[in-house]
Amino acid sequence: MLKYFHKYANPGKFLTLALPVRKIMGIVSIGVVTVGLIFALFLSPPDYQQKETVRIMYIHVPAAWMSLMIYAFIFFSSVVFLVWKFPLFLILAKESVTIGVIFTFTALLTGSLWGKPTWGTYWVWDARLTSFLVLFFIYLGLKLIMDSFSYSSKGDYAFGYLALIGGFNLPIIKFSVDWWNTLHQPASILRTGGISISSEMLIPLFLMAIGFLFLFIYILLVSVEINLKKRKIIYYKNKPDN
Amino acid sequence: MKQKYKRLNILLIFMFAIASTIFFVLKALEEKIVFFYSPTDILNKEISLSELIRVGGLVVDNSIVFDSSGLEVLFSITDKKNVLLISYKGILPDLFREGQGIVAEGSINKGKKVFLAKKVLAKHDENYMPPEIEKMIRN
Repeated sequence: MLKYFHKYANPGKFLTLALPVRKIMGIVSIGVVTVGLIFALFLSPPDYQQKETVRIMYIHVPAAWMSLMIYAFIFFSSVVFLVWKFPLFLILAKESVTIGVIFTFTALLTGSLWGKPTWGTYWVWDARLTSFLVLFFIYLGLKLIMDSFSYSSKGDYAFGYLALIGGFNLPIIKFSVDWWNTLHQPASILRTGGISISSEMLIPLFLMAIGFLFLFIYILLVSVEINLKKRKIIYYKNKPDN
Repeated sequence: MKQKYKRLNILLIFMFAIASTIFFVLKALEEKIVFFYSPTDILNKEISLSELIRVGGLVVDNSIVFDSSGLEVLFSITDKKNVLLISYKGILPDLFREGQGIVAEGSINKGKKVFLAKKVLAKHDENYMPPEIEKMIRN
Protein backbone atom coordinates (compact mmCIF):
# COMPACT_ATOMS: atom_id res chain seq x y z
CA MET A 1 0.00 0.00 0.00
CA LEU A 2 2.63 2.47 1.11
CA LYS A 3 4.82 1.40 -1.81
CA TYR A 4 2.11 2.46 -4.28
CA PHE A 5 1.60 5.62 -2.33
CA HIS A 6 5.26 6.50 -2.69
CA LYS A 7 5.23 5.62 -6.35
CA TYR A 8 2.30 7.89 -7.23
CA ALA A 9 3.41 10.69 -4.92
CA ASN A 10 6.11 11.20 -7.54
CA PRO A 11 4.91 14.11 -9.73
CA GLY A 12 5.75 12.45 -13.09
CA LYS A 13 3.97 9.21 -12.19
CA PHE A 14 1.09 11.20 -10.77
CA LEU A 15 0.53 12.97 -14.09
CA THR A 16 0.36 9.73 -16.10
CA LEU A 17 -2.21 8.41 -13.63
CA ALA A 18 -4.13 11.70 -13.46
CA LEU A 19 -4.60 12.22 -17.20
CA PRO A 20 -7.37 9.63 -17.82
CA VAL A 21 -9.03 10.47 -14.47
CA ARG A 22 -9.08 14.14 -15.42
CA LYS A 23 -10.72 13.48 -18.79
CA ILE A 24 -13.43 11.29 -17.27
CA MET A 25 -14.12 13.73 -14.43
CA GLY A 26 -14.47 16.67 -16.84
CA ILE A 27 -17.10 14.99 -19.00
CA VAL A 28 -18.98 13.32 -16.12
CA SER A 29 -19.15 16.50 -14.02
CA ILE A 30 -20.69 18.54 -16.84
CA GLY A 31 -23.24 15.78 -17.45
CA VAL A 32 -24.16 15.32 -13.78
CA VAL A 33 -24.43 19.06 -13.08
CA THR A 34 -26.64 19.54 -16.16
CA VAL A 35 -28.99 16.71 -15.15
CA GLY A 36 -28.89 17.92 -11.54
CA LEU A 37 -29.84 21.47 -12.57
CA ILE A 38 -32.74 20.24 -14.71
CA PHE A 39 -34.05 18.30 -11.69
CA ALA A 40 -33.35 21.14 -9.28
CA LEU A 41 -34.89 23.96 -11.32
CA PHE A 42 -37.75 22.24 -13.14
CA LEU A 43 -38.61 18.71 -12.00
CA SER A 44 -38.34 18.94 -8.22
CA PRO A 45 -41.36 20.18 -6.23
CA PRO A 46 -41.49 23.50 -4.33
CA ASP A 47 -41.19 23.37 -0.56
CA TYR A 48 -44.27 23.56 1.70
CA GLN A 49 -42.86 26.60 3.53
CA GLN A 50 -40.31 28.27 1.27
CA LYS A 51 -42.17 27.65 -2.03
CA GLU A 52 -39.83 28.18 -5.02
CA THR A 53 -37.06 29.72 -2.92
CA VAL A 54 -36.04 26.21 -1.94
CA ARG A 55 -34.30 25.85 -5.32
CA ILE A 56 -31.44 28.02 -4.04
CA MET A 57 -30.64 25.15 -1.69
CA TYR A 58 -29.50 22.97 -4.62
CA ILE A 59 -26.58 25.34 -5.22
CA HIS A 60 -26.08 26.57 -1.66
CA VAL A 61 -25.82 23.26 0.17
CA PRO A 62 -23.50 21.43 -2.30
CA ALA A 63 -21.29 24.54 -2.50
CA ALA A 64 -21.08 24.68 1.30
CA TRP A 65 -20.29 20.95 1.47
CA MET A 66 -17.56 21.43 -1.11
CA SER A 67 -16.03 24.34 0.84
CA LEU A 68 -15.77 22.11 3.92
CA MET A 69 -14.58 19.07 1.98
CA ILE A 70 -11.92 21.01 0.07
CA TYR A 71 -10.70 22.52 3.32
CA ALA A 72 -10.49 19.07 4.91
CA PHE A 73 -8.47 17.98 1.87
CA ILE A 74 -6.13 20.98 2.24
CA PHE A 75 -5.77 20.17 5.95
CA PHE A 76 -4.78 16.54 5.42
CA SER A 77 -2.52 17.35 2.47
CA SER A 78 -0.75 19.92 4.64
CA VAL A 79 -0.25 17.37 7.42
CA VAL A 80 1.24 14.93 4.92
CA PHE A 81 3.50 17.67 3.58
CA LEU A 82 4.63 18.88 7.01
CA VAL A 83 5.39 15.40 8.33
CA TRP A 84 6.46 13.39 5.29
CA LYS A 85 7.63 16.28 3.07
CA PHE A 86 6.01 15.02 -0.12
CA PRO A 87 6.11 18.09 -2.38
CA LEU A 88 3.17 16.81 -4.44
CA PHE A 89 0.85 17.19 -1.46
CA LEU A 90 1.82 20.81 -1.03
CA ILE A 91 0.96 21.43 -4.68
CA LEU A 92 -2.38 19.61 -4.26
CA ALA A 93 -3.19 21.71 -1.19
CA LYS A 94 -2.19 25.00 -2.83
CA GLU A 95 -4.08 24.36 -6.04
CA SER A 96 -7.24 23.55 -4.03
CA VAL A 97 -7.30 26.94 -2.33
CA THR A 98 -8.66 29.05 -5.21
CA ILE A 99 -11.38 26.48 -5.93
CA GLY A 100 -12.28 26.52 -2.24
CA VAL A 101 -12.52 30.32 -2.22
CA ILE A 102 -15.01 30.22 -5.10
CA PHE A 103 -17.21 27.52 -3.53
CA THR A 104 -17.17 29.32 -0.16
CA PHE A 105 -18.12 32.62 -1.81
CA THR A 106 -20.93 30.88 -3.72
CA ALA A 107 -22.28 29.36 -0.51
CA LEU A 108 -22.19 32.73 1.29
CA LEU A 109 -23.82 34.59 -1.61
CA THR A 110 -26.62 32.08 -2.27
CA GLY A 111 -27.23 31.72 1.47
CA SER A 112 -27.60 35.46 1.80
CA LEU A 113 -30.02 35.63 -1.13
CA TRP A 114 -32.05 32.80 0.42
CA GLY A 115 -32.02 34.45 3.84
CA LYS A 116 -33.79 37.61 2.71
CA PRO A 117 -37.10 36.01 1.61
CA THR A 118 -37.02 33.25 4.25
CA TRP A 119 -35.69 34.83 7.43
CA GLY A 120 -36.26 38.45 6.54
CA THR A 121 -32.60 39.47 6.49
CA TYR A 122 -29.52 39.04 4.30
CA TRP A 123 -27.13 38.50 7.15
CA VAL A 124 -27.07 37.83 10.90
CA TRP A 125 -24.10 37.23 13.17
CA ASP A 126 -25.12 33.81 14.40
CA ALA A 127 -22.61 31.03 15.06
CA ARG A 128 -23.08 29.20 11.74
CA LEU A 129 -22.87 32.24 9.49
CA THR A 130 -19.97 33.76 11.39
CA SER A 131 -17.90 30.57 11.49
CA PHE A 132 -18.50 30.11 7.77
CA LEU A 133 -17.35 33.67 7.09
CA VAL A 134 -14.22 32.86 9.12
CA LEU A 135 -13.64 29.89 6.79
CA PHE A 136 -13.81 32.31 3.85
CA PHE A 137 -11.20 34.57 5.47
CA ILE A 138 -8.92 31.61 6.24
CA TYR A 139 -9.12 30.62 2.58
CA LEU A 140 -8.21 34.19 1.59
CA GLY A 141 -5.30 34.10 4.05
CA LEU A 142 -3.98 30.90 2.52
CA LYS A 143 -4.31 32.41 -0.94
CA LEU A 144 -2.44 35.52 0.15
CA ILE A 145 0.46 33.55 1.68
CA MET A 146 0.61 31.31 -1.36
CA ASP A 147 0.69 34.21 -3.85
CA SER A 148 3.25 36.18 -1.83
CA PHE A 149 5.76 33.37 -2.22
CA SER A 150 5.09 32.04 -5.70
CA TYR A 151 7.97 29.95 -7.03
CA SER A 152 9.74 30.10 -3.69
CA SER A 153 9.58 27.55 -0.91
CA LYS A 154 9.86 30.20 1.82
CA GLY A 155 6.13 30.41 2.45
CA ASP A 156 5.51 26.65 2.42
CA TYR A 157 5.62 26.22 6.19
CA ALA A 158 3.55 29.34 6.86
CA PHE A 159 0.98 27.94 4.42
CA GLY A 160 1.05 24.49 6.03
CA TYR A 161 0.65 25.75 9.58
CA LEU A 162 -2.11 28.20 8.71
CA ALA A 163 -3.91 25.36 6.95
CA LEU A 164 -3.60 23.32 10.16
CA ILE A 165 -4.92 26.07 12.41
CA GLY A 166 -7.85 26.72 10.08
CA GLY A 167 -8.79 23.04 10.23
CA PHE A 168 -10.18 23.52 13.72
CA ASN A 169 -12.87 25.73 12.26
CA LEU A 170 -14.42 22.76 10.40
CA PRO A 171 -15.98 20.99 13.42
CA ILE A 172 -17.08 24.40 14.72
CA ILE A 173 -18.95 25.07 11.46
CA LYS A 174 -20.50 21.60 11.38
CA PHE A 175 -21.66 21.55 15.02
CA SER A 176 -22.34 25.29 15.47
CA VAL A 177 -26.05 24.67 14.92
CA ASP A 178 -26.10 22.04 17.69
CA TRP A 179 -23.84 23.73 20.26
CA TRP A 180 -25.47 27.15 20.20
CA ASN A 181 -28.86 28.67 19.36
CA THR A 182 -28.60 29.88 15.78
CA LEU A 183 -30.91 31.36 13.19
CA HIS A 184 -29.56 28.92 10.64
CA GLN A 185 -31.46 25.64 10.68
CA PRO A 186 -29.82 22.46 12.02
CA ALA A 187 -28.51 19.69 9.73
CA SER A 188 -31.08 17.90 7.58
CA ILE A 189 -28.99 14.98 6.36
CA LEU A 190 -26.13 14.10 8.73
CA ARG A 191 -28.28 14.14 11.86
CA THR A 192 -29.47 11.76 14.56
CA GLY A 193 -33.00 10.69 13.69
CA GLY A 194 -32.48 10.28 9.95
CA ILE A 195 -32.81 12.46 6.88
CA SER A 196 -35.48 15.14 7.04
CA ILE A 197 -35.57 16.06 3.36
CA SER A 198 -38.11 14.42 1.09
CA SER A 199 -36.57 12.10 -1.50
CA GLU A 200 -37.76 14.18 -4.46
CA MET A 201 -35.55 16.99 -3.19
CA LEU A 202 -32.73 14.74 -2.08
CA ILE A 203 -32.06 13.37 -5.59
CA PRO A 204 -31.23 16.75 -7.23
CA LEU A 205 -29.29 17.73 -4.10
CA PHE A 206 -27.06 14.67 -4.31
CA LEU A 207 -26.71 15.00 -8.09
CA MET A 208 -25.47 18.56 -7.66
CA ALA A 209 -23.14 17.50 -4.85
CA ILE A 210 -21.60 14.70 -6.94
CA GLY A 211 -21.34 17.04 -9.94
CA PHE A 212 -19.56 19.68 -7.87
CA LEU A 213 -17.21 17.06 -6.41
CA PHE A 214 -16.23 15.82 -9.87
CA LEU A 215 -15.88 19.41 -11.06
CA PHE A 216 -13.49 20.07 -8.17
CA ILE A 217 -11.39 16.98 -9.00
CA TYR A 218 -11.29 18.02 -12.65
CA ILE A 219 -10.20 21.63 -11.98
CA LEU A 220 -7.70 20.44 -9.36
CA LEU A 221 -6.05 17.97 -11.73
CA VAL A 222 -5.83 20.57 -14.51
CA SER A 223 -4.31 23.11 -12.08
CA VAL A 224 -1.79 20.60 -10.72
CA GLU A 225 -0.72 19.68 -14.24
CA ILE A 226 -0.23 23.36 -15.14
CA ASN A 227 1.71 23.92 -11.93
CA LEU A 228 4.05 20.96 -12.54
CA LYS A 229 4.66 21.99 -16.14
CA LYS A 230 5.43 25.57 -15.09
CA ARG A 231 7.96 24.22 -12.63
CA LYS A 232 9.58 22.19 -15.38
CA ILE A 233 9.87 25.26 -17.64
CA ILE A 234 11.41 27.33 -14.85
CA TYR A 235 13.81 24.51 -14.05
CA TYR A 236 15.06 24.28 -17.66
CA LYS A 237 15.26 28.07 -18.06
CA ASN A 238 17.48 28.33 -14.99
CA LYS A 239 19.76 25.47 -15.96
CA PRO A 240 23.29 26.95 -16.27
CA ASP A 241 24.25 25.21 -19.56
CA ASN A 242 21.40 26.87 -21.50
CA MET B 1 12.42 7.47 10.12
CA LYS B 2 13.20 9.16 13.43
CA GLN B 3 12.97 12.64 11.93
CA LYS B 4 9.45 11.93 10.68
CA TYR B 5 8.21 10.93 14.13
CA LYS B 6 9.83 13.96 15.68
CA ARG B 7 8.01 16.22 13.23
CA LEU B 8 4.76 14.35 13.80
CA ASN B 9 5.10 14.78 17.58
CA ILE B 10 5.76 18.49 17.30
CA LEU B 11 2.74 18.78 15.03
CA LEU B 12 0.51 16.88 17.47
CA ILE B 13 1.58 19.07 20.39
CA PHE B 14 0.98 22.17 18.25
CA MET B 15 -2.49 20.95 17.27
CA PHE B 16 -3.37 20.05 20.85
CA ALA B 17 -2.37 23.53 21.99
CA ILE B 18 -4.48 25.19 19.29
CA ALA B 19 -7.46 22.93 20.00
CA SER B 20 -7.43 23.65 23.73
CA THR B 21 -7.05 27.39 23.12
CA ILE B 22 -10.06 27.41 20.80
CA PHE B 23 -12.03 25.29 23.25
CA PHE B 24 -11.47 27.65 26.19
CA VAL B 25 -12.15 30.76 24.12
CA LEU B 26 -15.46 29.33 22.88
CA LYS B 27 -16.35 28.16 26.39
CA ALA B 28 -15.72 31.63 27.78
CA LEU B 29 -17.75 33.30 25.04
CA GLU B 30 -20.62 30.81 25.16
CA GLU B 31 -23.07 33.44 26.43
CA LYS B 32 -22.18 35.80 23.60
CA ILE B 33 -22.21 33.25 20.80
CA VAL B 34 -25.77 32.16 21.53
CA PHE B 35 -27.92 33.98 18.98
CA PHE B 36 -31.08 34.21 21.05
CA TYR B 37 -32.44 33.47 24.51
CA SER B 38 -35.46 31.31 25.21
CA PRO B 39 -38.41 32.60 27.31
CA THR B 40 -37.06 30.50 30.20
CA ASP B 41 -33.65 32.21 29.93
CA ILE B 42 -35.37 35.59 30.10
CA LEU B 43 -37.06 34.67 33.39
CA ASN B 44 -33.85 33.36 34.95
CA LYS B 45 -31.42 35.97 33.68
CA GLU B 46 -30.43 39.39 34.87
CA ILE B 47 -31.18 41.55 31.85
CA SER B 48 -31.13 45.33 32.00
CA LEU B 49 -34.09 47.12 30.47
CA SER B 50 -32.16 49.06 27.84
CA GLU B 51 -30.12 46.07 26.65
CA LEU B 52 -30.71 45.00 23.05
CA ILE B 53 -31.23 41.24 23.06
CA ARG B 54 -32.80 38.53 20.93
CA VAL B 55 -35.39 36.01 22.03
CA GLY B 56 -36.52 32.95 20.13
CA GLY B 57 -39.30 30.40 20.31
CA LEU B 58 -42.37 28.99 18.62
CA VAL B 59 -45.35 31.26 18.03
CA VAL B 60 -48.16 30.08 20.32
CA ASP B 61 -51.38 28.95 18.58
CA ASN B 62 -54.21 31.54 18.61
CA SER B 63 -51.99 34.14 20.25
CA ILE B 64 -51.57 36.52 17.30
CA VAL B 65 -53.60 39.71 17.74
CA PHE B 66 -53.38 42.63 15.31
CA ASP B 67 -54.49 46.09 16.38
CA SER B 68 -57.13 48.01 14.41
CA SER B 69 -54.57 49.62 12.07
CA GLY B 70 -53.14 46.20 11.25
CA LEU B 71 -49.59 47.41 11.79
CA GLU B 72 -49.03 46.56 15.40
CA VAL B 73 -49.14 42.95 16.45
CA LEU B 74 -49.09 41.14 19.77
CA PHE B 75 -48.16 37.48 19.97
CA SER B 76 -46.61 34.98 22.37
CA ILE B 77 -43.68 32.67 21.88
CA THR B 78 -42.91 29.57 23.85
CA ASP B 79 -40.06 27.12 24.41
CA LYS B 80 -42.61 24.55 25.67
CA LYS B 81 -41.78 25.55 29.26
CA ASN B 82 -42.48 29.27 29.54
CA VAL B 83 -44.30 31.86 27.44
CA LEU B 84 -43.22 35.39 26.54
CA LEU B 85 -45.48 38.09 25.14
CA ILE B 86 -44.04 40.09 22.23
CA SER B 87 -45.21 43.39 20.84
CA TYR B 88 -44.05 44.43 17.36
CA LYS B 89 -44.79 47.17 14.87
CA GLY B 90 -43.71 46.59 11.30
CA ILE B 91 -43.70 44.10 8.48
CA LEU B 92 -43.58 40.45 9.50
CA PRO B 93 -41.62 37.92 7.41
CA ASP B 94 -43.61 35.67 5.05
CA LEU B 95 -42.99 32.57 7.12
CA PHE B 96 -44.46 34.14 10.25
CA ARG B 97 -47.46 32.12 11.49
CA GLU B 98 -48.68 30.02 14.40
CA GLY B 99 -46.29 27.25 15.38
CA GLN B 100 -43.40 28.81 13.43
CA GLY B 101 -40.03 29.35 15.08
CA ILE B 102 -39.12 33.02 15.16
CA VAL B 103 -36.37 35.22 16.54
CA ALA B 104 -37.20 38.75 17.75
CA GLU B 105 -34.68 41.50 18.43
CA GLY B 106 -35.46 44.25 20.91
CA SER B 107 -35.64 44.86 24.63
CA ILE B 108 -37.69 43.71 27.57
CA ASN B 109 -40.03 46.10 29.40
CA LYS B 110 -40.33 46.61 33.15
CA GLY B 111 -41.38 43.52 35.05
CA LYS B 112 -40.20 41.24 32.26
CA LYS B 113 -43.75 40.92 30.99
CA VAL B 114 -43.65 42.20 27.41
CA PHE B 115 -40.80 42.06 24.92
CA LEU B 116 -40.74 45.11 22.66
CA ALA B 117 -39.42 43.84 19.34
CA LYS B 118 -37.70 46.06 16.80
CA LYS B 119 -37.13 43.30 14.28
CA VAL B 120 -38.72 39.88 13.77
CA LEU B 121 -36.96 37.11 11.84
CA ALA B 122 -38.51 33.79 10.87
CA LYS B 123 -36.51 30.69 11.63
CA HIS B 124 -36.62 27.89 9.12
CA ASP B 125 -36.49 24.32 10.40
CA GLU B 126 -34.58 21.37 8.97
CA ASN B 127 -37.60 19.77 7.26
CA TYR B 128 -37.91 20.05 3.50
CA MET B 129 -40.90 18.54 1.70
CA PRO B 130 -43.39 19.23 -1.08
CA PRO B 131 -46.76 20.79 -0.04
CA GLU B 132 -48.72 17.59 -0.81
CA ILE B 133 -46.67 15.52 1.64
CA GLU B 134 -47.01 18.18 4.30
CA LYS B 135 -50.81 18.05 3.84
CA MET B 136 -50.76 14.25 4.17
CA ILE B 137 -48.77 14.47 7.41
CA ARG B 138 -51.10 17.05 8.90
CA ASN B 139 -54.28 15.11 8.13
